[in-house]
Amino acid sequence: MSKELIRLVDCVMVFDDETVLDSINLYFNDKEFLTLLGPSGCGKTTTLRIIGGFQKPTSGDILFDGVRINDVPPHKRKINTVFQKYALFPHLNVYENVAFGLRLQKIPEKELDARVTEMLELVGLRGFEHRKPVSLSGGQQQRVAIARAVVNRPQVLLLDEPLGALDLRLRKDMQNELKRIQQQLGITFIYVTHDQEEALAMSDTVVVMDHGRIQQIGTPEDIYNEPKNAFVANFIGESNILDGIMLEDYAVEFFGRRFVCVDKGFAPREPVDVVIRPEDIDILPPDSGHLCGTVTNVTFKGIHYDIIVDFKGFKWLIQTTDFHAVGSYIGIRLNPEDIHVMPKSEYSGLFGDYSSYSEEYEEMGDPDADAEEENSDEE
Amino acid sequence: MRNRFLATPYLIWMILFVLVPLAVVVYFAFTDVNSGALTLHNIARMGNYLSIFIKSIWLALVSAVICLVVGYPVAYFIAKAPAGLQRFLLMLIILPMCISFLLRTMAWVSLLEDTGVINNFLGMLGIGPLPLIRNNAAIVLGMVYNYLPYMILPLYTVLEKMDPRLIEAAQDLGCDDMQVFTKVTLPMSAPGIVSGITMVFVPAVSTFYISKKLGGTDAALIGDVIESQFKAAYNPNFGAALSLVLMILIFICIGLTNRVSGDEKGAMLV
Ligand SMILES: Nc1ncnc2c1ncn2[C@@H]1O[C@H](COP(=O)(O)OP(=O)(O)OP(=O)(O)O)[C@@H](O)[C@H]1O
Ligand SMILES: [Mg+2]
Repeated sequence: MSKELIRLVDCVMVFDDETVLDSINLYFNDKEFLTLLGPSGCGKTTTLRIIGGFQKPTSGDILFDGVRINDVPPHKRKINTVFQKYALFPHLNVYENVAFGLRLQKIPEKELDARVTEMLELVGLRGFEHRKPVSLSGGQQQRVAIARAVVNRPQVLLLDEPLGALDLRLRKDMQNELKRIQQQLGITFIYVTHDQEEALAMSDTVVVMDHGRIQQIGTPEDIYNEPKNAFVANFIGESNILDGIMLEDYAVEFFGRRFVCVDKGFAPREPVDVVIRPEDIDILPPDSGHLCGTVTNVTFKGIHYDIIVDFKGFKWLIQTTDFHAVGSYIGIRLNPEDIHVMPKSEYSGLFGDYSSYSEEYEEMGDPDADAEEENSDEE
Repeated sequence: MRNRFLATPYLIWMILFVLVPLAVVVYFAFTDVNSGALTLHNIARMGNYLSIFIKSIWLALVSAVICLVVGYPVAYFIAKAPAGLQRFLLMLIILPMCISFLLRTMAWVSLLEDTGVINNFLGMLGIGPLPLIRNNAAIVLGMVYNYLPYMILPLYTVLEKMDPRLIEAAQDLGCDDMQVFTKVTLPMSAPGIVSGITMVFVPAVSTFYISKKLGGTDAALIGDVIESQFKAAYNPNFGAALSLVLMILIFICIGLTNRVSGDEKGAMLV
């Protein structure tokens, strides 16, 4: 795409004997929209803080344009940050918060005013100029934080869950706005989220992290279609993950059956994880299916139904637009391109079994049931 | 309802020990010392003491400013220190407050007087004796020494509460260390500055003991004059009038400080 701008080389971060980042190697291209995606506590904010200059890695280097910048203080880096906790200046009103960076750059008053006003317009906060941050809602504060960083048109913008406090509607709007700003101004975005949909929708590159380690780097399509291990497959979208054995190139065995697949390059009879996305499964009458099972649970999700099907004791999640009643016996067909084979990893066996799905669903969907369960735990 | 109920002890306290004495002071200030008849005579005499008022306010102000200049870095250092050290340093600041105010001032006298510790020491080196005592500088020294903790503590409180992420945000937007201080740390510590200045200025302006012990013979401050009205001259009515005027002047000064700090925030301190 374009040239490399920032690179992290073997970055390790240790906080009181706890390794928070474990040898991160990662590069960021100029004008790229890169998203760090991962569960809470996996080290996303820490990675951003290292890039922003607020934290020195315990070991490893950070390069900007090929120059080592470990010791460059934050105010000398051409990087601005939208902080996870906003960090708005409480003694300044909204306008002055947004104008803060421009005043430091000694931008002439007229241009400053135009840019601040334009920015406030963009985040939908015109008319809030004279309000102090304490008098704003969480979502409004978050938008001030975005405006305060973006208005400087930095070369690199670090965004730490910048839309976390917004409702769905506003979040979608702001996603579009941010994407537009990023492309229009040609800013490199390093974006942190734990919302996988947001990551897939906005990014050029997605970096999936867990426990301070990078699990996979790739385009959204790569990450979704070719997850590297059970963690990624489970974290991005829904997945049925099964134990299988790679018989030879393009052939894998699971449930005691041989299936044709599109993967190759494994050792003969190598144990593998097999991923099958719930939306890829075709439902057929039982007599013409590869596998047959009984529907044990049906949930209406709007566009489709989530159905849980019991295949010889192992429960799968299948998404289908057709209704299948609980108890009905159905067959499924798996096309070669719907079967994705991954090497075994430390995450094997942890994810991808929907045996507990029905209970999970009831707990989430029915607060009373949840409360009751908690009570009975106490007793 | 419940809130009002909980405030009752405080209200009773306020009425008994603030409002009632205030009423007594006002009554005395406007009555004649001998006849007890209503009069403006006490207030009218005030003019003669104008220069003493000015001098008292001036010295108290100088002390407050010196306390601020000395106290701010100290408070800043303590607020940024690790938790354990912080507790220890705070204790050091508070410790002198546990010793009698009179004793501490006497200690300064024995340090500064012509035959005191410092001049004796200088004498051994063949210098002096220097006029370290019985002047305004000595009064200011005494005030700064005695009231410095009242400056440091409120400053420490605001600085310690300040979110370190704000400093990161300022650096992120391009502030060097100096700009972080002038644009974020200092403005955000304004409430502490106002409260510190008030807490130093108010007792300093009405002090009488410090000036008596450390000041020159002509260095009477307004506090000394008021004291003498009650003790030596036995004119409590005029003393009350002086106190009343001093109180009004103090309120004006506090009002000005709050105005200068530019915020309604300062108001919470009074
Ligand atoms: N200053 C610190 N001292 C000690 N531990 C820290 C510090 N900062 C972060 N950590 C630890 O490092 C780990 C990663 O934290 P980090 O803030 O990077 O997570 P995150 O991926 O941003 O999570 P979230 O999505 O919840 O924001 C956590 O276990 C956290 O407790
Ligand atoms: Mg975080």
